[in-house]
Amino acid sequence: MDDLYRDQIIDRYKNPHHRGRLDPHDIRFEDDNPLCGDHIEVTLRLDGEGKVTEAAFDGRGCAISQAAADLLMESVVGSSLDDVKALDKQHLLDLLGIDLGPVRLKCALLSLKALKAGVYGLGEASDDLVE
Amino acid sequence: MPQTLDILQALRDFPILGRELRPGVPLVYLDSTATTQKPLAVLAAMDEFYRRSNANIHRGVHTLAEEATALYEGARQRVADFIHAPSARQVIFTRNATESINLVAYTWARANLKAGDLVILTEMEHHSNLVPWHMLAAERGVDLDFIPVTDDGLLDLDAYRLLLERGPKLVAFAHMSNVLGTINPAAEMVRLAHEAGAVALLDGAQSVPHLPVDVQALDADFLAFSAHKMLGPTGIGALYGRQELLEAMPPFLGGGDMIKSVKLRSFAPNSLPHKFEAGTPAIAEAAGFAAAVEYLAHLGMEAVADYEHKLIAYALERLEEIPGVKVFGPAADRKGGVASFTLEGVHPHDVAQILDRDGIAVRAGHHCAQPLHEKFGIPATTRASFYIYNTEADVDKLVDGIYKVKKIFG
Repeated sequence: MDDLYRDQIIDRYKNPHHRGRLDPHDIRFEDDNPLCGDHIEVTLRLDGEGKVTEAAFDGRGCAISQAAADLLMESVVGSSLDDVKALDKQHLLDLLGIDLGPVRLKCALLSLKALKAGVYGLGEASDDLVE
Repeated sequence: MPQTLDILQALRDFPILGRELRPGVPLVYLDSTATTQKPLAVLAAMDEFYRRSNANIHRGVHTLAEEATALYEGARQRVADFIHAPSARQVIFTRNATESINLVAYTWARANLKAGDLVILTEMEHHSNLVPWHMLAAERGVDLDFIPVTDDGLLDLDAYRLLLERGPKLVAFAHMSNVLGTINPAAEMVRLAHEAGAVALLDGAQSVPHLPVDVQALDADFLAFSAHKMLGPTGIGALYGRQELLEAMPPFLGGGDMIKSVKLRSFAPNSLPHKFEAGTPAIAEAAGFAAAVEYLAHLGMEAVADYEHKLIAYALERLEEIPGVKVFGPAADRKGGVASFTLEGVHPHDVAQILDRDGIAVRAGHHCAQPLHEKFGIPATTRASFYIYNTEADVDKLVDGIYKVKKIFG
């Protein structure tokens, strides 16, 4: 088939490794994409030095958004919060291994926006976080 | 007037339909509810205006200004004839149906409604017929209430009758739903609104392109529609209004052309329809709009509606045979050419994206009707919509594409 629906993405969508809600958690953030009705919740656990020991996402969305969230959670385990703050959209595109048009890019970036808003302790996730 | 559409001729008239998106992948355009494709006659009318007659309208006395004015006002007459308006003075050119509804909300409604007055809408409205009223409610304390949608996608008319007992000042509703395809019984609903003493506004964004619409037979007080959803260009739409209402309404936007005279500290508004058209309008687009209604009038709106009806009946039959597909809205006899559906286990974005790989253009999302989707408990649907240039072969390609989606997500 085509790039967007490579085996990795479909497989991550159907069998995510990091789906769920960590309870207790140190950081939590929830966000919506009202345009397509997508919803995401990110929870993180940190160790004494402030490094991510566990990361999970929950919610609903298209295969791109869900696979992106799962790969993103996997990629931040072991990272410091400063590392997470430095993540940009290229990081996600590299994880997905595909190019995305402007509409689908929003789907892919939903989890990164939520993750960074949580790490920054913001009340609201802004597009500026992932530009 | 032909009674059946010459579909092959129609296909030749739309150059974009001959496009291959990628080598060997022809376009299958199933997104006409969002915007339609444009026939050569519309493209030519706009091109001709800029090549031969481009000038600003009204008040110029040179030849081009005369031609441009005649063209613009001629377009108004053709649009008026198309909806059977008694007079072209009752057709205001706007940017689109959204602006037409806002015009009524900002002028008629703000002049006539006060805190506690009731405006009745429906649960199937497009955001364009919700948000202007939300804004009015926030500003003026006007009450909003909603005619419920039944599980099979029809308006609950018994509930409507009960709402009318509360003495609404305005009833504003979609003549045809852009999600469910439901064709609402507009004439009856307007009659009931009038009996209750309310003014009736029809959102005709979907009905005017797809059905015969006669504002006098419907007895509508206002009708809003957009050119780009009926083969015309973007950037122009229209508001039809009952003459005495339009006469009594304050102007909308201020500026040139909407005035009779201006002093340093005051102005006197122009007469209809110019009172509501401030600034230089979309003149080339008006020429395109006129060509679009001529094209549709030549086909005959009865023939258009009949053709689309057969197509949606076939589409529903084919879609409903696919396991996991659920189509929203009423049966084919109560709806126009719109099929919004969900596919079990697959997000609409993924459905649309995979269909796109085969050149099939559908829309995924809430189609600017978020409350309606909430009503049905779904965040989004995939919507395939049909127009005069679609065929049963397009439906077959859609169905094959959905089977492909199922295989990928299997």
